[in-house]
Amino acid sequence: MTTSIKQLPDIEQVLSGNGACGGCPATMGLRVVGKALGSNAIMLLTPSCAVASMGMTPKLGYNWPCINICFASAGSSASGITHAVEIMQEKGRLQGELPTVFTWTGDGGTYDIGFQALSAAAERNDNIIHFCYNNEAYSNTGVQRSGATPRGCFTTTTPTGKRQPKKNLALLMLEHNIPYVATANVAYPGDLYDKVVKAKNTPGTKYIEILAPCYLGWQFDMSETVQMSRAAVRCGAWLLWEAENGKINFNNPSARIISGKKAAEPVDEYLMNQGRFNRLLKGPDATQRIAEIQGDIDREIAFMRERAKITV
Amino acid sequence: MKAAQVTMETGAHAAALAVKSARVDVVPGYPITPQTSIMEAVAEMVENGELHARFIPVEGEHSAMAAAVAASAAGARVFTATSANGLLYMHEVLHMASGGRLPVVMCNVNRGIFAPWTLWADHQDSMAQRDTGWIQYHCSSNQEVFNTILQAFRVAEQINIPVMVNFDGFTISHCLMPLTVPPQEEIDRFLPPHEPEWRLDPAHPSSFSNVTNAPEYAPFRQMLSDDIMAAIPLVKQAAQEYKDITGMWDGDTIDTYRLEDAEVVAFAVNSMAAELRLSVDILREQGIKAGLLRPRLYLPFPAEDIINALPQNAQVMVLDRNYNFGHPGGILAAELKSVLFGRRNDITVKNRVMGIGGIDLTRRFMADEIRAMMDD
Repeated sequence: MTTSIKQLPDIEQVLSGNGACGGCPATMGLRVVGKALGSNAIMLLTPSCAVASMGMTPKLGYNWPCINICFASAGSSASGITHAVEIMQEKGRLQGELPTVFTWTGDGGTYDIGFQALSAAAERNDNIIHFCYNNEAYSNTGVQRSGATPRGCFTTTTPTGKRQPKKNLALLMLEHNIPYVATANVAYPGDLYDKVVKAKNTPGTKYIEILAPCYLGWQFDMSETVQMSRAAVRCGAWLLWEAENGKINFNNPSARIISGKKAAEPVDEYLMNQGRFNRLLKGPDATQRIAEIQGDIDREIAFMRERAKITV
Repeated sequence: MKAAQVTMETGAHAAALAVKSARVDVVPGYPITPQTSIMEAVAEMVENGELHARFIPVEGEHSAMAAAVAASAAGARVFTATSANGLLYMHEVLHMASGGRLPVVMCNVNRGIFAPWTLWADHQDSMAQRDTGWIQYHCSSNQEVFNTILQAFRVAEQINIPVMVNFDGFTISHCLMPLTVPPQEEIDRFLPPHEPEWRLDPAHPSSFSNVTNAPEYAPFRQMLSDDIMAAIPLVKQAAQEYKDITGMWDGDTIDTYRLEDAEVVAFAVNSMAAELRLSVDILREQGIKAGLLRPRLYLPFPAEDIINALPQNAQVMVLDRNYNFGHPGGILAAELKSVLFGRRNDITVKNRVMGIGGIDLTRRFMADEIRAMMDD
């Protein structure tokens, strides 16, 4: 049974008073992550909204020791810390339970500039949790395209809509043979909580990616973050799944879409409720370009359905 | 008390033995010629249990330094090594190490920079990192490499500034020389366990290298600048106490040879400076009152020690194994002139660039060059 929102622990690791926008999905996600990890953890951040909003030196809005590191190096820096605390414990210089070492990075720090170091950390299976809060663009620098930006999406560097589909990074991480990979979404906090608890209790490299619809980048009202997150799942643009030791299981409502019990909603309404597809929807070739986006979603659903059948 | 052990070792293996003697905790490493032998030796020591540490085989030098700074922030004693383009690839993270006041020690095995490709030594790689806020030593022998790594950890951890220990690829890294390894008790006395004032500790949540406003940023940078200058007495103290405990001496901020009455002073760093002692002897035999001043510390540049050591009216022949692009000549000459200006107007500075990309610098060649420079 998935933990319900009412059952989440009271502990708050995201403190009141930080610089995040109202309705910030990353901060909502981090709040749930904090409830699952507790206070015995070390947090690494790469340049992103999460750093810009954590508070100015020397203040801190997160109740962990937090280190802001170079953009390209979430994976390698997390490896450095996890090896450091392990060896210091072996040598008797640290006592007590080892802290969880986790990164909190955006899609830029994961899909793009951070991918090499993350891939290498996963290949070494170093004992870390890498979180990607994926708002599908470089929101902190004013919304530029990233490798996670979907086809058709307007950003300041894709002024007529991105021409390429996003890549499936969670699946790429699964192909590193790491013990735990999951996707999550702030509209399903109990599901996210359960996944973080599993990751915390699994040795090795864990990857959790959280869809984080950013009202500023996606252009919707900041009161609608949760609805937008839910809409992404219902149309199949975001699939909820987890893989323990390589075996993929889908989580509801994505599981129902994958099994065919419930059809994914057409993508049109999801697109129309955000401003970032406006130019595409108003263009002369709107029908064709919406069909391309729908085609990307259908392909991912079909591909992931088949990929999940491989259990060796 | 055990006696010191003397064995034949390459410079690279001398570095690895120093890492073991320093009881390092974490070593992220990535191969690049000619540094690779250090990482191979450290990986083997960790694997066979000689060194109780973690070796992290990262996928590139940017990650090597990124893992190093993070492990250091977690409270570990950290070492890594690189060369040439590997060092350039680390450049961004070198700034994080110094700005973050993380006492990482790194060997840079000097090698010419791509492009075009060369495997052989010159000093463009390390000198191009002048403004990263690292303390830089330059070593002229295998023994000095060993001794300096231990001194580097001590200085770095006293002042929370990273230290780069440079020595020449192949000439030092791959050539055998006798190496004295002092008993571990002596080294432990010289280099106590690393006890950082601060580390990433869940019991004390705090932010590290977080966003600042100018009123916070500017004092951070001023402190770094001031503290780098304050390393000079610590470098001297480390060299002196290392000598008191082990009996070994390579100089402190500078090393000199036949300098007291010299009229012509050779000025250079690294292995060519060891060879220059022989050039000085040749020049003396030819009736030229030659001497040598070798800055062992390149950064902070030991201005006062150089000013005090140079004999009256000396001609200083700076032999640079690097280019100071945009200026005629090399970087060491520019550094030297900047400290002499207005302080030692009796000194004449002459400069030639040589030995680029591993061109052999023999005692006779350099003696001939110095004699020719007297007419420049």
